[in-house]
Amino acid sequence: MIARILATAATEIHIARRNRWVLIAVLLMVVFSLVLSAAGSAPTGALGADRLSVVVASLTSLSVYLVPLVALLMSFDAVAGEVERGTLPLLLTYPVARWEILAGKLVAHTAILVVAIAAGYGAAAAVAIITDPAALAGLAALWRLTWTSVLLGMAFLGIGYALSSLARRVSGAAGLAIGLWLGLVVLYDLGLLAAVVADDGGFFTTQVFPAALLANPADAFRLFNLTAAQATSAASGIGGAANAIPQWQSLVSIALWPLVSLALAALAFRKVEP
Amino acid sequence: MTSTLTISRLTKTFGGLNALTEVSLTVAPGERVALLGHNGAGKSTLMKIILGLITPDGGDISVCGAAPGSARARAQVAYLPENAAFHPALSGLEQITQYMRLRNLDPSGAMELLERVGLAHAAKRRIGTYSKGMRQRVGLAQALIGQPRLLVLDEPTSGLDPVSRRDFYELLDGLAADGAAILLSSHALTEVEARTDRLLILSGGRMVAEGTLPDLRREAALPVAMHLSALNGYESDVVAALPGAIRANGFVHLTCAQDEKLAMLSRISAMSEKISDLDVIPPSLEDIYSHFSRRDGQ
Repeated sequence: MIARILATAATEIHIARRNRWVLIAVLLMVVFSLVLSAAGSAPTGALGADRLSVVVASLTSLSVYLVPLVALLMSFDAVAGEVERGTLPLLLTYPVARWEILAGKLVAHTAILVVAIAAGYGAAAAVAIITDPAALAGLAALWRLTWTSVLLGMAFLGIGYALSSLARRVSGAAGLAIGLWLGLVVLYDLGLLAAVVADDGGFFTTQVFPAALLANPADAFRLFNLTAAQATSAASGIGGAANAIPQWQSLVSIALWPLVSLALAALAFRKVEP
Repeated sequence: MTSTLTISRLTKTFGGLNALTEVSLTVAPGERVALLGHNGAGKSTLMKIILGLITPDGGDISVCGAAPGSARARAQVAYLPENAAFHPALSGLEQITQYMRLRNLDPSGAMELLERVGLAHAAKRRIGTYSKGMRQRVGLAQALIGQPRLLVLDEPTSGLDPVSRRDFYELLDGLAADGAAILLSSHALTEVEARTDRLLILSGGRMVAEGTLPDLRREAALPVAMHLSALNGYESDVVAALPGAIRANGFVHLTCAQDEKLAMLSRISAMSEKISDLDVIPPSLEDIYSHFSRRDGQ
C-alpha cells in the first residue's frame, strides 16, 4: 500500500517538476512574501511588536489568498486530466485502490506546497531577522503560520480533487476551482461583512457570523493565526471578530477541513466511471 | 486445466441500447483468442467488463478465479488500451517504473522491458515527443510487466508498422507458451488468423461466430469461385458443359458450394483438352468475416 502511494507520488512529482509547477509555486510564494515583508515593515515602531511578528501578520493575510490558489491550481487537473488524456482506465486496471491514487497525488502536491511555503516564509523571516535581531521572538508565530498553511493547502487540495472528479473535464474543473477560490476566499468575507453591517449587532452577528467564519477553512486559518498573535490583531480588519471566537474552535476547523475535503474527494472519485 | 477467463450470458445496456447481449466465451491458459468485430460491435465494452472498469447488467464472469476488478484479478491481468495514452511530461522509463512499482515489482527491470519492445533508445525522452507507434510500444511494455495470467489487448497492433507487428506477435507467442491466456481484438481477420488459436466474431453486441478459421470457413459455407481459360474456340463448349458458368472478360467464371468442389473439378478435368488454365479461388478471409459480421448486426 505504502509502496503504491509512493510510486504515484514520485510520478506526480516528476510531472509537477516538468510542468514547472514546483518552480511557479516556489517563486510565487517567495516573491509575494518578500514584497509583503518589505511593505509591512513600516508600522513596527508604532505597534511595539517585534518585526517578525508583524511580518507573520502580513503573511497570514497573503497566505489566505495564495495558498488556496496554489493548491487549487495543482489539484484541479488531478482526476479530470487523467480522464481527458485517457490514462485513467489503464491506471485503474492496476492493483491499486482509488484512494491510494488520490493519496499519492496528495503526498506529492503537499510536498511541493511545503517546499513553496518554507521557501516563501523562510525568505521573509530571514530578511526580518537580519535587519532586526529581536525578531527571533516571532519564530513561534512563524512556525504556527507554517503548519497551519500546510493544513490550509491540504484542505484546498482535497477540494480541488473533489471538483476535478465531479467535473471530469479539465476546462470545467479549472472553472470550478477558480469560482470556488473566488467564493471561499474573496466573496465569502465580503458577504459576511455586508451582512454584519446590515444586521447591526443582532442575532446574525452574535450567532451565525462566528459559525460562518469557522465553516470556511480560509477564515478559520486567518482566525487561528490572528487570535494566536494578539499583538498584531490591530493590523487586520477581521481581527475584531477573531477575539470573540475561542482559539480551539478555529484550530478544530483547520484540522478537520483537510480530512473532510479529502473524504469528499475520495467519494467523488469513486463515482467516476472510466 | 480450468479456463483463465470464463464469461457466460453477459449482458450490458447503455441507456436502453444493447451493447452486449448474452455473450459467452472462455479463454484457456496458453490460448490466443482473437475478438473480431467492426466499430461499435461491443469489443471494447466486453474488455472493460473483463477488466472490471464497468459493471455488467447480467451474466457471470470469472477472471483467474476471481471477480473482475477485484484486487486478486487485477494482480493477474494486464491491459493494453486501444489508444495507449500516457502523461506527456513523463519519460517512458519513469512511466514503466511507476507501473512496475504499482505491481510491487522491483523497477530496476524497467529498462529491460523497454528494450524488449525496442524503446531503449528513447527511454529517457518524454512520452510527449513519441510517435503513435512508440506510445503503443510503451503500452505493450506495461502489459508485459510481471507474469500476467491474462492479457487483454484492445487493437494492439494499430499504429505499428509490419515489422513491429511481426515482433509483437512473436512476443505474444512467447507469452502464450508460458501459459498466459491472451484475448486480443482486431478489425482485420487477415492479420490475426495466422497468429491466434481461435476467433470470436462480435456483431451488434452478439457473439455470431466462434472457432478456428477452418471451422468458420466450413460454417460460413461460402461458395468457391473458379476461373477457367478455355482454348481458342472451345469457350462455348466449356460454358455449356458446366452448370452456372458464365463468360466474363474472356474467362469462364463459375461458383460452386464447398461440398461440390471436388465433383466440379473432376468434370473440369474430364475436358482438360479444351482448357488451358484453371484457378480455384476459396472465399477470402474478409469474405468470411463480412459474412458473419453482417448476418445479425446492421
